[in-house]
Amino acid sequence: MKILVCISKSPDTTSKIAFTDGNSKFDENGVQYIVNPYDEWYALVRALELKEVAGGSVSIITVGNASDEAVMRKALAIGADEAIRIDAEPTDAYYVSMQIAEYAKANGFDIVLTGKETINYNGSQVGGMIAEGMDLPFVSLASKLEANGNTLTLETEIVGGIQIVEIDMPAVISCAKGMAEQRIPNMRGIMAARKKPLNVVPPADITPLTAFESYALPEAKSACKMIEPENMDELVELLHNEAKVI
Amino acid sequence: MATLVYINSENGLAKSAHEVVTYAKKLGEEVVVVTTGSQEESTLSELGKYGASKVLVEKSVSGNDAQQLTRVITSAVESTSANTIVFSHDLVAKAVAPRLSVKLKAGLISGAIEVPNGHTVKVNVFSGKAFGNVTIASDKKIISLLPNSIQPEENGSACTVESFDGNPGEITIKLIETKKPEGEIPLPEAELVVSAGRGLKGPENWLMVEDLAKELGAATACSRPVADIGWRPHHEHVGQTGVAIRPNLYIAAGISGAIQHLAGVNGSKVIVVINTDPEAPFFKAADYGVLGDAFEVLPRLTEAVKKFKASNQ
Ligand SMILES: Cc1cc2nc3c(=O)[nH]c(=O)nc-3n(C[C@H](O)[C@H](O)[C@H](O)COP(=O)(O)OP(=O)(O)OC[C@H]3O[C@@H](n4cnc5c(N)ncnc54)[C@H](O)[C@@H]3O)c2cc1C
Ligand SMILES: Nc1ncnc2c1ncn2[C@@H]1O[C@H](COP(=O)(O)O)[C@@H](O)[C@H]1O
Repeated sequence: MKILVCISKSPDTTSKIAFTDGNSKFDENGVQYIVNPYDEWYALVRALELKEVAGGSVSIITVGNASDEAVMRKALAIGADEAIRIDAEPTDAYYVSMQIAEYAKANGFDIVLTGKETINYNGSQVGGMIAEGMDLPFVSLASKLEANGNTLTLETEIVGGIQIVEIDMPAVISCAKGMAEQRIPNMRGIMAARKKPLNVVPPADITPLTAFESYALPEAKSACKMIEPENMDELVELLHNEAKVI
Repeated sequence: MATLVYINSENGLAKSAHEVVTYAKKLGEEVVVVTTGSQEESTLSELGKYGASKVLVEKSVSGNDAQQLTRVITSAVESTSANTIVFSHDLVAKAVAPRLSVKLKAGLISGAIEVPNGHTVKVNVFSGKAFGNVTIASDKKIISLLPNSIQPEENGSACTVESFDGNPGEITIKLIETKKPEGEIPLPEAELVVSAGRGLKGPENWLMVEDLAKELGAATACSRPVADIGWRPHHEHVGQTGVAIRPNLYIAAGISGAIQHLAGVNGSKVIVVINTDPEAPFFKAADYGVLGDAFEVLPRLTEAVKKFKASNQ
């Protein structure tokens, strides 16, 4: 089974969020980048488990610049066989997806996995766009994935519950919590990752469709009003008359 | 020209359906809704109240196969020459809107939280820790609206319901089984949410949480460690790596308020925090705080809500 896992970097979840250049750019000062948690914990680890059972290979792909290679090496240390970096600024989800779709079409994969969303832009766009670009079925927010011959059985979230579906390979799947457990890379993995291939590929000619013009931080909350634990009638009264939510 | 709104009417019309039609109406063009399945005409024509003038129904499609829905919506875009397509940013839209974007070469903005200001649309980024203003370069535009971002407005107009052939094509995703816990309020749609964390000590203590939720008509949620150890089901986990919600009221008991938890709930209009630790970071994000033991405060709050409801009838 040949699996392609889309990996993006995201700021460490505890990063301070700030902007520079007249609020037009994310302030990277002091920010640590990690592999986007959904891509690492769920998509990549499940891909490795499938390979361990059925054989094949796991490739990771990132659309980004040379500075992204650190997080790509981490994915290799966890166990991916090879890495592909499409050498371009990931301008928008459409741009990123069309690059990946071109590469995946040319190289033939059975499954393309993405994370549920990136935790910086939270778009949940890339997986569906790759699927349409390749004219393949797409199952979003899968929390379980089993392979049986050419058929994949998936559990996916639906509003207020879950659904079990089946599709034939090839397919694109976005991965959510439940699919696998986090794997911490060990020393051997980290050493081996240094020798694994990381191929840099020039981008295809794609024009992005959207652009972030500016950013803003939410206004600070006004001070929290404290209520005595004995006095829950007062809280209910405030929620009704002041906050008007009940 | 028109604005086309996709609505999933499989289980009747949710509040989010009223929100998206209200939103579309504010864009200034005629509003046409496209939906699939066998929903009653009288239910669908209700959308007129919020500004829809027409509902197109592709009756031959049931279920949520994203490729089929993409084809159906594309046919509706062609027949209405719509330039803007609006979704509610729910689980179906997360599969369909990106596909449609590629098919129509129409830029997609997901998670809009306000009516556009000129050409820019405001969205949540960094898991709700900041906002971004996005523009679309293409002529055709797709916007998916975050649930609970705007209030539905009734501005009444007549609305016709027509069936149409949307050219759905084949199904590629075979549905085997659907599991839905009965009688629970789905978390992403809930206006009131009662949530609890590790401070509750064990799963046997969740009755207090459920009692309060039942009294309020609220959904229940939890912090991540609680779902990870299996005290609560996974779908209740809110935060950066769980569900992001923005209810009118979020009550958090025994949750410390870690940054990753806040990322999923900081869009809530009003936050109430119940915690024994005055230093708990959650108090900084709260509107109302109760410094006390959840084991005493929750039952007392439930009683107070009961009393309030009895006196307001
Ligand atoms: C990459 C990453 C992603 C993450 N994503 C998420 C996420 O999506 N959602 C999430 O929730 N977490 C997430 N976390 C975990 C997060 O950092 C915290 O560890 C977690 O939210 C803590 O859960 P808690 O508040 O229930 O538990 P604790 O931190 O243990 O807090 C328990 C709280 O209960 C209070 N308490 C104790 N007893 C009582 C009592 N009797 N009455 C009232 N209060 C009491 C304590 O004072 C304390 O504040 C993530 C972490 C990482 C690293
Ligand atoms: N620059 C990128 N390179 C490779 N994969 C990406 C990139 N950006 C996003 N992805 C993948 O697409 C998923 C969804 O991203 P998004 O649509 O931005 O929320 C992520 O979890 C990744 O798996």
